[in-house]
Amino acid sequence: MSVSNIYMITPSPLLSGLIWFIGITIVLYLARSHAHRTISALARVVHNAMRLSARAVTGAEQRLQQRNREVLLEQGREATERQIEREFERIDATVRRDLAEYPALHRHLSEEILKIDEDYNASIEVPPAPPGWVKAVEAVAKIPAAKGDPMVGRVLEDIHQSLNKASIKAIEEYRKESHERHRILNRMMPHWRKLQQLLGQVDKNVTSLLQRSAAIDRHMENYEAIIQQTDPAVRMLSSSSLTRFFISAFVLAIAVGGALINFHLIARPLSEMVGGTSMILGFQLNNVAALVIILVELTMGLFLMEALRITRLFPVIGALNDKTRVRMAWTFFFILLFLATVEAGLAFMRELLMEEDAATRALLRGDETALLTQSAYLWITTAAQMGMGFVLPFALMFVAIPLETFVHSLRTVFGLVGVGLLRSLAWLLRVFGNGARYAGIAFNNFYDLVIFAPLWVERLIQQKRAAAPPAEKSQDFQEVAS
Amino acid sequence: MSRRLRNLLALLLAATLLAACGADTPRTRGVYMLMDTSGTYTRELKQAQRVINYILATLQPGDSFAVARVDTGSFSEKDIIAKVTFDDRPSRANQQKREFRDRIDRFVKSVKGSAYTDITGGMLQAIEWLNESRAGHKTILIFSDLKEDLKEGYVRDIPLQLGGFKVVALNVTKLRSDNVDPREYLNRLAAWQERVESGGGNWQVINDLERLESVLVL
Repeated sequence: MSVSNIYMITPSPLLSGLIWFIGITIVLYLARSHAHRTISALARVVHNAMRLSARAVTGAEQRLQQRNREVLLEQGREATERQIEREFERIDATVRRDLAEYPALHRHLSEEILKIDEDYNASIEVPPAPPGWVKAVEAVAKIPAAKGDPMVGRVLEDIHQSLNKASIKAIEEYRKESHERHRILNRMMPHWRKLQQLLGQVDKNVTSLLQRSAAIDRHMENYEAIIQQTDPAVRMLSSSSLTRFFISAFVLAIAVGGALINFHLIARPLSEMVGGTSMILGFQLNNVAALVIILVELTMGLFLMEALRITRLFPVIGALNDKTRVRMAWTFFFILLFLATVEAGLAFMRELLMEEDAATRALLRGDETALLTQSAYLWITTAAQMGMGFVLPFALMFVAIPLETFVHSLRTVFGLVGVGLLRSLAWLLRVFGNGARYAGIAFNNFYDLVIFAPLWVERLIQQKRAAAPPAEKSQDFQEVAS
Repeated sequence: MSRRLRNLLALLLAATLLAACGADTPRTRGVYMLMDTSGTYTRELKQAQRVINYILATLQPGDSFAVARVDTGSFSEKDIIAKVTFDDRPSRANQQKREFRDRIDRFVKSVKGSAYTDITGGMLQAIEWLNESRAGHKTILIFSDLKEDLKEGYVRDIPLQLGGFKVVALNVTKLRSDNVDPREYLNRLAAWQERVESGGGNWQVINDLERLESVLVL
């Protein structure tokens, strides 16, 4: 029996449809209250389940947010402590250096001042004493009888000449002594300059200390804000963490570019050493060898940075005693130097191989002129390749710094992304739950829409009953009861 | 040593062994070129030289290459003019390429035309040599007009085992009789194609030698 056979109660499809509609409407009307309850219950179940899930997700999001906050503050605290520590180390170094030199500086200053004092004393101008016989001449000149006496006139003339001579001599001596004093004063100049230089150095040191102390004050303010777990501190740390993440990612991308160039520089010549046809996991052995060399260089660079205490990715290296740490740093440096030298050699080899390849291809093409002509500037590319081969390992060494920043900021970024995802999930669950709730209401309304006819009749009857007087109602009731 | 650590070490060892097993996957190419030296076709040998030089320039370290002549009885190692498996080291491979070229040059200068053309014998020899070379991608190049002319008594009605082989007919020149009745030429090509494909091989014809780059595409 097909569906059409069931449907066609009467030969007329319209009449059959009408009979079906009336029948279904009656059935739906009779089952209305149960259907409504079932639909509402289903909608409530879905709504509550979604609500509870959303609450759980929101709780998880809040816990993650709290954890992110803790991690961020902890990282910020560590970073600020490190900065303050570095500043104190610098101040300590400055103070040690300057205070250690202070006795010497003091002695220097005293010596300079003493020399200046001596020179000053030596340069004090003492007026030349007048000759002792001037007074005698004055007395002779006051003799009254002497006026008009030629004898006295001659004596006075002699005295005048003697006085002139004495005066010229005194002036000469005075000039000589003045010259000597000027010479002494001139000798004081370097001492003054030295003194000025020493005082300038002292001023520079004091200014440097003041600057450092200002930086420490700034770091301390940040540190206090972090310790107090204030919201601005968290916002600042979060923002700077994101900035650091993007900058470090950018620098790492550049480093990857450098590593790729390095790879191409050494992969081909390595086939001369390890062969170019053997495969490991589907990769050519020379490519694998080149990759391993670059990774070893990166590792050595990381360790060197750790040993120099520039990065702190491996606390074990940083915690070693200074002697061992310095020895390790030298070891890493020499390994890196060795690898850089090997790379320079490989780069040279690459150039030779390329030239040989070009020559062979030219020979096979029958291009004799290409064999004979050799560019005079070929040495430039060879030198550039060798230089790059030598420098790139050292350049890659500095990848450790952005890598450390990237690793540290990655935690924050993951945390933020996780919070965002959980928040979105909670929102979706709430939307879905509310959707289910209102869908239940809408479905009930639609149900009523399908059976609108019996409901309309029911409402009419109810209105009629409500409009009838109470006696009539009780009569009706009695009629029904009987 | 904890059990977990031991398991981890065992896993690492297994991975290393697997990696070592995978190291022998052949990705090398093997090319065997048959050069028809019969009758008037010897005039085409300059073209063959160009093809050989092109292939030499294309092949990489680890690849194998052999050039053999097609004469009265070609199922013989004596007909191999030059053969080489290029060294892993590029510098040595370049040197081998130059030596190979020199040998071919000497051969072309001194070659004398043969009376008969045994292409099937040369194919059998090529299959044998390429299978021995363990190349990952095997190609047989036939530089000939594909007109087989066997000496009486030579049996060449043998099915060719060409599974995994690519057979390329190069410079298939039209004979005078082909011009009279082109069906001869087309039938000849169709017969060789059928023979190669029934043996499991892949058939290709390149008459324009400017399109050689498709010959060695992996």
